[in-house]
Amino acid sequence: MRIAILGFGSVGKGVARVVQEKDLGITVTGLADSGSGIMDPDGIDLAAALERKATTGFCGDRSLAPLDVVDGADYDALVEVSPTRIEDGEPATTHIVHALSRGKHAVTSNKGPIALAHRRLRNLAGSHGVQLRYEATVCGAIPIMHVLQHDLAGNRVVALHGVLNGTCNFILTRMEDEGLTYDQALAEAREMGYAEADPTYDVKGIDAALKLVILANTIWDMGVTLDDVEITGIDLITPEAIRLACDRETTIRLIAEAIPEKGLLRVSPRIIPHGHPLLVEGTLNAVTLHTDLAGELTFIGRGAGSVETASAVIGDLLSIGEHHAGAH
Amino acid sequence: MQVSMKLEMKDTPGQLVSVLTPISQCGGNIIAVIHQRDQESDSGVLDVQIVLDLPEGRLDDLVAQIKKRGVTITRIGKERLFLQRSLLMIGHIMHTDISDTVDQIDRTGYAEVSELSLVMPAINERSSARITLKTATATDMNSAVALLRKVSEKKEILIVEPLEE
Repeated sequence: MRIAILGFGSVGKGVARVVQEKDLGITVTGLADSGSGIMDPDGIDLAAALERKATTGFCGDRSLAPLDVVDGADYDALVEVSPTRIEDGEPATTHIVHALSRGKHAVTSNKGPIALAHRRLRNLAGSHGVQLRYEATVCGAIPIMHVLQHDLAGNRVVALHGVLNGTCNFILTRMEDEGLTYDQALAEAREMGYAEADPTYDVKGIDAALKLVILANTIWDMGVTLDDVEITGIDLITPEAIRLACDRETTIRLIAEAIPEKGLLRVSPRIIPHGHPLLVEGTLNAVTLHTDLAGELTFIGRGAGSVETASAVIGDLLSIGEHHAGAH
Repeated sequence: MQVSMKLEMKDTPGQLVSVLTPISQCGGNIIAVIHQRDQESDSGVLDVQIVLDLPEGRLDDLVAQIKKRGVTITRIGKERLFLQRSLLMIGHIMHTDISDTVDQIDRTGYAEVSELSLVMPAINERSSARITLKTATATDMNSAVALLRKVSEKKEILIVEPLEE
């Protein structure tokens, strides 16, 4: 399979390294970052591209724009992992639209395009007979989309609960374990590289809500957006409140919840009992699916990180490869 | 007056109805019937809790009627609120009149605040509290929680609810 990688930051480099190190039958024929691009139908020298990126800050030819690579390179699947604005999902949405319109599969780790334009992109992929996959957008390394679409195909998912944001979970874990204040725990998260300089997006529950939107639209085709989610963040939680919860063998976690029967889409700090399956430590993610046949299933795994996200992207690519090999 | 009863009856069709009939004959009004089929009970016995409103002076009559139908009353009491749920409150709890918050719940007639633990770390800082609500039914509990959320929103107090799956 030939792929074009759009975006050469943490995830893009992670994908390149995995392709380079493992014999997966994947060749990279197009590569771009925000300011340069490179195309080679016989396969790009990834070691050289990584080296160039490290020394010059650019992976390829500065006269090539990312969209030139999307439109011009010879590939089967686009890997869209460029930095993307969450407000309008760009530039990733345009890249994906162009690739799908060319009859190329698209795999992305970008939440913006999927949260904002899922139906449009899905229909576009359908009309061109190609696949749109986005395992990496939700719960990092946990193959939740694959489980939903393949392994639980005959089930009806009745409800979903999840710990979808590693930053919030880390902060709450530290507040509970060490009695830290919110500000202290946030400072620690920044030091460890788990929180951005502006943590609003994570701590206000927006990131978790976007992931909930993606899950709800995938599972139930609800056609919802961020505005349909009731969102409360963790920035007002006090160590005293956590201690009061702990007195009763419970604690506080940021929980994303979807129950379509009740019209409920909510991200909020909640009290959960010690020993509860969703009570994971540190930056881990967890999702519980309530299904009609399989009952309750809980998945736990790493929610972020270069290699973990690359794992989800590679899984999508190989899944597309398998599907199309089987079809021939 | 409100009365709660714990009954033990045969797990056969018609048993529950045969208990409910004398209640209405005594002028009683059923508020809640909570019946748990014990997974391990192969004994054919069914445990049922009933909460009812009964005119004064009719309790002895009702007890006799129920016993006559072969149903055992294992407990009887004035404790009518079986369900409880603890929530956390974070904000300026004292300065936004906590007694008014509690009053608004207690005045509903279907819910009561049974516990309040308050921690005030420092003057002018937000305080935290654990509040426990009691009601007779799940519907009442949801209404009470919704009311607490509404009152708290006005007072800019964050409510952290338990995850009820």
